Amino acid sequence: MSKDWPLWEVFVRSKGGMAHRHVGSVHAPDAEIALRHARDTYTRRMEGVSLWVVPSASIIASDPRDDAQMFDPAEDKIYRHPTFYNIPDDVKHI
Amino acid sequence: MYTTELQKNAQVQNLEDPAKLEAFEARVAADEFIEPKDWMPEAYRRTLTRQISQHAHSEIVGMLPEGNWISRAPSLRRKAILLAKVQDEAGHGLYLYSAAETLGTSRQEMIEALHSGKAKYSTIFNYPTLTWADIGAIGWLVDGAAIMNQVPLQRTSYGPYARAMVRVCKEESFHQRQGYEIMMAMCAGTADQKRMAQDALNRWWWPSLMMFGPTDDNSPNTAQSMRWRIKRDTNDELRQKFVDITVPQADALGLTVPDPQVKWNEAKGGYDFGEVDWEEFYAVVKGEGPVAKERMKARREAWEKGAWVREAAAAYAEKLAAREAA
Amino acid sequence: MPSLPPIRPEDEEVALKTRPGGAFDAPVDEEHRATLFEMLLRLGDDSLILGQRLGEWCGHAPSVEVDLSLANIALDLIGQATHFLNLAGEIEGRGRDGDALAFHRDVLDFRNCLLVEQPNGDFAQTMARQLLFSAWQKRLFDQLAASSDERVAAIAAKAVKEVAYHEELAAEWVIRLGDGTDESRARMADGLDWMWRFVPELFELDEAAADANGRGLWPDVDLLRTGYDARLQTVLAEATLDAPKPQRPILGGRRGHHSEHLGHLIAVMQFLPRTYPDAVW
Repeated sequence: MSKDWPLWEVFVRSKGGMAHRHVGSVHAPDAEIALRHARDTYTRRMEGVSLWVVPSASIIASDPRDDAQMFDPAEDKIYRHPTFYNIPDDVKHI
Repeated sequence: MYTTELQKNAQVQNLEDPAKLEAFEARVAADEFIEPKDWMPEAYRRTLTRQISQHAHSEIVGMLPEGNWISRAPSLRRKAILLAKVQDEAGHGLYLYSAAETLGTSRQEMIEALHSGKAKYSTIFNYPTLTWADIGAIGWLVDGAAIMNQVPLQRTSYGPYARAMVRVCKEESFHQRQGYEIMMAMCAGTADQKRMAQDALNRWWWPSLMMFGPTDDNSPNTAQSMRWRIKRDTNDELRQKFVDITVPQADALGLTVPDPQVKWNEAKGGYDFGEVDWEEFYAVVKGEGPVAKERMKARREAWEKGAWVREAAAAYAEKLAAREAA
Repeated sequence: MPSLPPIRPEDEEVALKTRPGGAFDAPVDEEHRATLFEMLLRLGDDSLILGQRLGEWCGHAPSVEVDLSLANIALDLIGQATHFLNLAGEIEGRGRDGDALAFHRDVLDFRNCLLVEQPNGDFAQTMARQLLFSAWQKRLFDQLAASSDERVAAIAAKAVKEVAYHEELAAEWVIRLGDGTDESRARMADGLDWMWRFVPELFELDEAAADANGRGLWPDVDLLRTGYDARLQTVLAEATLDAPKPQRPILGGRRGHHSEHLGHLIAVMQFLPRTYPDAVW
């Protein structure tokens, strides 16, 4: 039984000024063909102005089992948010 | 991002930890999304892999009955529309394979399961397309039934599946309308065209009702799937909804639904209708549908005849990598 | 109609200068019209027949991704055919539209080149045909974008972006198959060999093409040839393939003298409108 091509993750910039967003994946033998497959699969309806493809195996993802140590420590740093500070209403432009 | 490759590193959970299971069920019940690397019960992973890959296979096999008419579409406009629609189905198959792959099964394994007859796909695609009206009937009835199934799945619990369904539903919005438009043209046309239209409805009506699957009494896994939000309505609920919506559409075309028992029931606020031929349904599920052998032969041939292309491109990629390394 | 602006004296002056005593029913140049019609049929039929051929792949490609690619090319071509043939019908002025031209002509009246009607064969043969055709179409459309006929120029200017992509994609595949495995290399060489004898027809300067060239409706074919040959040479070199040996050119498509394949293709394509001539679809 013959093999399938490797997997690539596809990111599309929907329009100028927006960041590339993950939209899915394609199988392709190499980067050039991966770009073309991504174009033919994910931008058939003018969904994008720019494409990235990345070998799926190259993506390093955080482990959900580490969620607590990765993300919870940010929870109580409320002083990072502007609403933490009380400024009288009559003080403007701040 | 979430890939087969990554999943291979994930630990296999053989014995479900009751605490994890409870936390998982609570997340699903709270309408949270489950993402690929999150812990999930094996049964959830298995059921989802089965469901999403079946869905993907259905899209890919579903290209064949309509593809049968691309070369014979009766106008340039119809040809372009049909080609675009069948192409969308290839795209949808691809989105869904992508989503299923995040659960740890490679597309190749899924395709092999399809070709060996182990994996199933929608029974509807085992019926032949005989006339151009069948292309109208498929868009109208088959896509209509599919949309009914798919729209609620945009809120399914598994993130990649839900996102794929959002994309699929957005793109499919034109599919049903183009089918109905074909039927309208046929029904407003010559006697030959009307005959084709009625005949297509006669042949596709019951298989369309079968698309919703066995009756609720015979769907033992429905309760669990609904709790997990990988199914949002029961088979019979969706079937009823489909009949209620479709009968008036047939009336508008001047066509007759091939079921003498179809009758408006004021009390339940819906149509009564006859019993699906379940013997036929199970025969088609088993792979005995009228053109099941043709469909599988076409898919296997495409894959096998394409093997040398895939191998050549892979060999070239290796050469490229070697050249770059040198 | 009180809300319309008045005609200003300066406008009147311009108006006086623009029409040097012309008549509103200026005689139509019948020869010009016939030539334009002929060339539009060639353009439209090329795109139509190749689009039809690529549509045959749908559902049968080596991977789902390739299925999408081939369908995209086919869709571009069917779109081009629709534009060219509709315009041809308009120019002809006998009430025929693109559909009438596509579905109600027989072999002798089709004006496509022989290359596009060749069977798909395997994926290598399909890609050989695509490269040889798209590389030509790209250079042709580049020139047609400056056609003396604005309508042709507009269609070509839009389509040239599509065919540039077709050419690139076909080249990528020819390179991979040529420089892939022994099997793919042999198949790619066979595919090119099959298509090779139909290349000269693309650059044939027959009477109609020469006439169209004189009217600014068709480019200098020798000019196209230079860029075309250079491009093929580059692609084949990268594919580590030799160009097939020169073959005796097969001509005739532009005059309705086709291969046996076209009759079967149009029999399938035209079946419905022919069988039910009164039907509207």
